Amino acid sequence: MARETIEVPITGKIVSVNVKVGDAVKEGDVICMLESMKMENPILAPVDGTITEVGVAVEQVVKPGEVIAVIEY
Amino acid sequence: MFGLFDTGFQAFYWGNLLMLVIGGVLIYLGISKKMEPLLLVPIGFGILLINLPLGGLMDYELQIANTGETTAKVISIEVEKDSRLGEDDVILVLDSGEVASPVPGRVKEVLVTPGQEVKPGEVMVVMLTATQTPLPTKPIGLLSRIFEYGIMWQIIPPLIFLCLGALTDFGPMLADPKTLLLGAAAQFGVYLAFFAALATGMFSIAEAASIGIIGGAEGPTTIFVTSMLSPHLIGATAIACYSYMALVPIIQPPIIRLLTTKKERAIYMKPQLREVSNREKIFFPIIASVIVVLFVPMSAPLIGMFMVGNLFAVSGVTERLTKTASTALIDVLTIFLTLAIGASMTAENFLQPKTLMVLVLGVVAFATATAAGVLMAKLMNVFAKEKINPMIGAAGVSAVPMAARVVQVMGQKENPRNFLLMHAMGPNVAGAIGAAIAGGVFLGMLG
Repeated sequence: MARETIEVPITGKIVSVNVKVGDAVKEGDVICMLESMKMENPILAPVDGTITEVGVAVEQVVKPGEVIAVIEY
Repeated sequence: MFGLFDTGFQAFYWGNLLMLVIGGVLIYLGISKKMEPLLLVPIGFGILLINLPLGGLMDYELQIANTGETTAKVISIEVEKDSRLGEDDVILVLDSGEVASPVPGRVKEVLVTPGQEVKPGEVMVVMLTATQTPLPTKPIGLLSRIFEYGIMWQIIPPLIFLCLGALTDFGPMLADPKTLLLGAAAQFGVYLAFFAALATGMFSIAEAASIGIIGGAEGPTTIFVTSMLSPHLIGATAIACYSYMALVPIIQPPIIRLLTTKKERAIYMKPQLREVSNREKIFFPIIASVIVVLFVPMSAPLIGMFMVGNLFAVSGVTERLTKTASTALIDVLTIFLTLAIGASMTAENFLQPKTLMVLVLGVVAFATATAAGVLMAKLMNVFAKEKINPMIGAAGVSAVPMAARVVQVMGQKENPRNFLLMHAMGPNVAGAIGAAIAGGVFLGMLG
């Protein structure tokens, strides 16, 4: 199966994590909300698939390149 | 003594009522719709206060003197203390002719009696007015003093720019300097609205410049330029600018969609930008100030303050100043600015055909600025190896950070992999600089 890794795009704080390992997601589903530059930015699933890894937790401060989640499809 | 007590009802008219509704709508939009609440709530309340007659918050004292070159004799006096005057109402008659009220207002004091001789320049009557006038006046109300010494003396808008500088991160722009071009292109909206305003035949060149600068989508810049070129329009241009900034998520998407294909909107840009060193961030405000002010000297109050505020933020040694500028100071200044702007909107000043036209031309300015930014991005793609998503050009209108946010949301919708926020912040802050420069150009030509 192919794997797609979703990485943190910009420095910020995770305000919510909307998926857990094993969840099926569709393209465009919200994976988590990242607060940055005083805005809450949704991080979306780029493909349909199943979450196999979640690398962030609520309140965590994150930097670009860190893994948010991995989707297998 | 109670016989002398005036209530506001006698002076209240339909214009005041309409302004109360407008003030109420702004307060409603701020509180219920969360549209720019920090701006629209105090502006709305300022409008409300000033349209309750006789409160005196926005009063100016205006001296009516003998403007003739020779001594004149008072034939008759047509008013008494507290008389209300409309524009051109006769105040008194001299042997050299009638003296009329230049603006609506009321009589504070009559200093002459019939038969008396008055020398050239001698004050005959003191009036109170809430109307903006180019005649020499002295502010005597709470808000007219703030308006005069804060806004008309050009103190508050540049200081707000200092605070905005402390809140601005030029990193995304420095990481990708070509985004400066997008911020510059969006200023086309300023000039198009300027020429459109002139073409209507309703506005002078100075007024047209104040309307054009709405397209810069920067409140303090708009207020700064209008206060110097056409202060009587300040309420209309400020309301247009702040309202359209709040409406950017509604104004911009249709224009962006019209000018781009679905494929272009889905163009992927790597989210990470080049790491910008601290040294670059420190040198930028210093070098930018020197270059911009040398080229456009009249932009110095805005650009100078913007850059010193930014230097506070990036220097690493002035944290206290940064903290004050980005929190307490900007809040204090915003309170003064917005209340005074609201209070400049008396029914007599605001309810004019010109105001409606300012609002229409303001939309034109925002729309063409958006279009110009997008088209410039498309033009850059013709020559670029690595294509940029043309939507980021729309963020060049400034309106920080709303326009960048619009691009981010639209970009994600077209392609969930896209995260264009940082790419859009580059043209966004470049647009703020561009607007200040465009304002400086107008002031250099007309001020």
